[in-house]
Amino acid sequence: MQRIGVFVCHCGSNIAATVDVKKVAEMALKEPGVVHADDYPYMCSEAGQALIAEAIREKKLTGIVVCSCSPRMHEATFRKAAERAGINPYMVEIANIREHCSWIHKDMEVATEKAVILARAAIAKVNLNAPLQPGESLVTKRALVIGGGIAGIQTALDIAEAGYEVDIVEKTPSIGGRMSQLDKTFPTLDCSACILTPKMVEAAAHEKITIHTYSEVEKVSGFVGDFTVDIRKKARSIDMTKCTGCGLCQEKCPSKKALSEFNRGLSTRSAIYTPFAQAIPNVPVIDRESCIKFKTGKCGLCEKICQAGAIDYSQQDEIVTQKYGAIVVATGFDTIKLDRYDEFAYNQSKDVITSLELERIMNAAGPTKGHLERLSDGKHPKHIVFVQCVGSRCSDDRGKSYCSKICCMYTAKHAMLIRDKYPDVDVTVFYIDVRTPGKNFDEFYRRAVEEYGVNYVKGQVGKVAPQPDGQLLVQAVDMLDNKQIKTYADMVVLATAIEPEPSVRKIATMVTASIDTNNFLTEGHAKLRPVESPTAGIFLSGVCQGPKDIPETVAQAGAAAVKAIGLLAKDKLMTNPCTAKSDELLCNGCSACANVCPYGAITYEDKEINDHGIRETRRVAVVNNALCQGCGACTVTCPSGAMDLQGFSNRQIIAEVDAICR
Amino acid sequence: MQELVNRAKELLSSGAVNRVLGWKKGDLGYNPEPAFFETAEELEEFVYNGFCGANLSKYMIEACKQEGKTLVMLKPCDSYSFNQLLKEHRVVRENAYIIGVGCRGKLDVERMKKLGIKGITAVSGAEMDGPDTLTVETLYGTKTCAYNDAMLERCHVCKGKEHVVFDEVIGESVDTVDAERFSEVEKIEAMSPEEKFAFFQKELSKCIRCNACRNVCPACSCRKCVFDSTKFDSAQKANVDSFEEKMFHIIRAFHVAGRCTDCGECSRVCPQGIPLHLFNRKFIKDINEFYGEFQAGSDAEAKGPLTDFTFEDVEPSIVAERG
Amino acid sequence: MSIDTTFKPKIVAFCCNWCSYAGADLAGSSRLSYPADVKIIRVPCSCRVNPMFILRAFEKGADGVILCGCHPGDCHYSTGNYYARRRMTLLFSMLDYIGVENGRTRVEWVSAAEGVKFSTTMNEFVEKIHSLGRNVRLGDLRCKN
Repeated sequence: MQRIGVFVCHCGSNIAATVDVKKVAEMALKEPGVVHADDYPYMCSEAGQALIAEAIREKKLTGIVVCSCSPRMHEATFRKAAERAGINPYMVEIANIREHCSWIHKDMEVATEKAVILARAAIAKVNLNAPLQPGESLVTKRALVIGGGIAGIQTALDIAEAGYEVDIVEKTPSIGGRMSQLDKTFPTLDCSACILTPKMVEAAAHEKITIHTYSEVEKVSGFVGDFTVDIRKKARSIDMTKCTGCGLCQEKCPSKKALSEFNRGLSTRSAIYTPFAQAIPNVPVIDRESCIKFKTGKCGLCEKICQAGAIDYSQQDEIVTQKYGAIVVATGFDTIKLDRYDEFAYNQSKDVITSLELERIMNAAGPTKGHLERLSDGKHPKHIVFVQCVGSRCSDDRGKSYCSKICCMYTAKHAMLIRDKYPDVDVTVFYIDVRTPGKNFDEFYRRAVEEYGVNYVKGQVGKVAPQPDGQLLVQAVDMLDNKQIKTYADMVVLATAIEPEPSVRKIATMVTASIDTNNFLTEGHAKLRPVESPTAGIFLSGVCQGPKDIPETVAQAGAAAVKAIGLLAKDKLMTNPCTAKSDELLCNGCSACANVCPYGAITYEDKEINDHGIRETRRVAVVNNALCQGCGACTVTCPSGAMDLQGFSNRQIIAEVDAICR
Repeated sequence: MQELVNRAKELLSSGAVNRVLGWKKGDLGYNPEPAFFETAEELEEFVYNGFCGANLSKYMIEACKQEGKTLVMLKPCDSYSFNQLLKEHRVVRENAYIIGVGCRGKLDVERMKKLGIKGITAVSGAEMDGPDTLTVETLYGTKTCAYNDAMLERCHVCKGKEHVVFDEVIGESVDTVDAERFSEVEKIEAMSPEEKFAFFQKELSKCIRCNACRNVCPACSCRKCVFDSTKFDSAQKANVDSFEEKMFHIIRAFHVAGRCTDCGECSRVCPQGIPLHLFNRKFIKDINEFYGEFQAGSDAEAKGPLTDFTFEDVEPSIVAERG
Repeated sequence: MSIDTTFKPKIVAFCCNWCSYAGADLAGSSRLSYPADVKIIRVPCSCRVNPMFILRAFEKGADGVILCGCHPGDCHYSTGNYYARRRMTLLFSMLDYIGVENGRTRVEWVSAAEGVKFSTTMNEFVEKIHSLGRNVRLGDLRCKN
């Protein structure tokens, strides 16, 4: 049996003016378990707290009820006071007789009656309270960044600068990501490589940063502060410690027919390759599917010419296991496949290209060395049509429902660059809306229209038809003039929707981060926790969370880094003790609770159970207190009532219900 | 039936299975009961006919804990329950050898009584390949009735002839659907609140809280029922009051909502003849209407409707708005 | 139907800690009155409310039960209120099905900023319960007689 003390606060006259505080204390004394009741003008004052402490000691109280303002105001105060006086802070309950009573009722009798009932409910609850201890867990002071694009690089640099070890895992042979494929960047038109490569170099040279390229995350276990991750380092067939990056092997490699991923398949590369000249690390990989040595056993030319002796055909995949305190997901995006958009003739004509392909064409290191030309015949185009929202803002299931956000701006950039370099080329842009919210964005778009004479037409393109003479007939609607347009173009550029890099789904499952129907990772809170996943210790950086441009990505990368640093700066994590707890004797092992847990806090174990003499191995739910946030979704899903929430248990809530309805 | 016995003997003697879960003759001609068979001799008692309504999947929870495999005979509708238990990790697929048995609809002796056939001593024609008419020996002479007229309610709204999980199928199943699954629920929905309350008050006041519904229900397979645990301070068997009438069955139905396959066992076993399936079927109807067609047990992987959501789900106020 | 002036309904309001309880606090600090018949029980999230709690309240003589949580999309725990929404929809539909008067139960999404909405909602709800009268159908008859 508890020994409960009830303390009724006057809050000056805030409570006492409408609630008969003496009566509340007097009535409380009649409740089961109550051995002490008192009232005081300001319970939260030092004197008030001292009064509580004294009663706890003198009357050997095991639990207290404070009838006062909202627990949102002073629950923490009274918990601390109780703790100082020697009882567990979770043995305190608050009856909110100010906000929920004295402030809204005018009649003293009515308000007093209600205050008595609210006190009664709190007493009934505290009778069933149990001391709770916040858990502690250690923090591994090392972060993992999944993805080596601008988001991942920036996050890694920021974490490393704060003094923590960071590992970047990048699945391609080089860091750099999508940004390395871009030619110029809006709205300043500076060269993408010029601003990215110094960051890549900085990351590679940073003593706190370890980069695993050509590697993938294979397995993640553990929880916030203490993740264990297996990283698969795919066999590069090159000894990275020996390779000098001279590039001779790539030059001599006789197999040169593989499509260059970096150039979006618009050019070819050798079987032994670095994706691009500024790749980091500047160590090639052998694409075993294209390599003659791996296919036929013959060749071996690269091995012969490599003076460093770095070629190693026998290399195997390697698994590196590492512990981390925080994980940042920065897996980025790709453009959607256009298989379902036959009307744009993307697969029929080489001159219908995506915007990302245009980036490569415009780039001096690209397939055409930066010359704007038709890929079909190498001719200089006279008219280029840009089609916006290809697969974005799509109402049917062919494309994406969302706005890809970057297309309006990069199309303005493309149009401007083309008009600047080739004033003889006409540029027409078909759009639904032009969206330019961003610093200097609208000005940029207006320059494209006003200074560079880009022809913007509000309307959608219905069909692109390749003509026998190689031209492309573009059929569209001008929505402002409400008329059909037919125009001939030499090239058509599709502003293809972006989507999260498909492998993110696998990664989200591994780290138990939630993911939405579009495969974007879900934020912990859409407004208040935009760079955190609902799963503790998992942070979001870049487009994996939602479409964004480079400055936004860099900003978010920094924010994610700060959140990760905030976690890594702690030696230990205190966990909220009001977590779910499963009674393993009652657990059916049905997985219902795990299915509704937003934090991945519930796992199942086969455990040896002694159920009143019956010994058997049972599948039972186990709650990880470090992950559980105490929402209670699991408790209601559990059919047997095995899952309960500490601090808000079924019996406690029912006791409150009963006390109110009595 | 002989084919089932032969196959069971074969699997037992080869050691492929350690025991057989089926039905054996009861003390009366119309009440065979679930039984385990471990030898060929024991299988002489095996029976499979129109009165084998009992859903054996729940027995598999315990059977799966035993050494070796258990051969279990499942009718098409029973296989949904097995699948649902599989999804809830209550049974182990590897420990079960499932023979999907054919079904031509199962019989309800209470319905025969309602048809005026009383004092039953023997029934013939209930076999799988029997005639369309049952011949019933009674204390008052021989009577007949159409097989379909004596079928359990659930068979008139049968979920289908296909087994959703099995290792082999023996015997053909017959399409027995001749009623709308939700017509009874709709009839109640159309009543005034007073009529509804009176209807359920009348039905539920018959409840003697024998727990037969709970014990037979494959979804009610908790190791310990909340009504027997201290976790909720919920009413125990001892305090028989009006709580029984109102709360027990609602909570029971809620606990199995989204998991109930509508196997109809609760109504079949209720000694008081309470149409308990009307609760479960109401939830199923609501789930279908609000969240899209869902059949528990049809897919061992699909998310249950109560452990899932969409952003566009209807608000609870739909209940009042719908009228 | 004449309103029973001696009828003092018992009304239980479950409020989630993050939005609705704070909304109720705001109603208080804004001095927005609603009847004292409403007693609030604080829960971490609307998804913590077991249908058994609601039935329990009715069993023990509550005349109305209302559940308030964060607006869909704003749940502190991201998804809790979506589960609560499904559970309550089904529970309310079942209560309607067995003949309990519509309106004895309600779900309302109230944010921490919606003190006015909290107060308005409670006023409406109490008025509704007044119009329905005592909860005879779900009360524990035996205990009262």
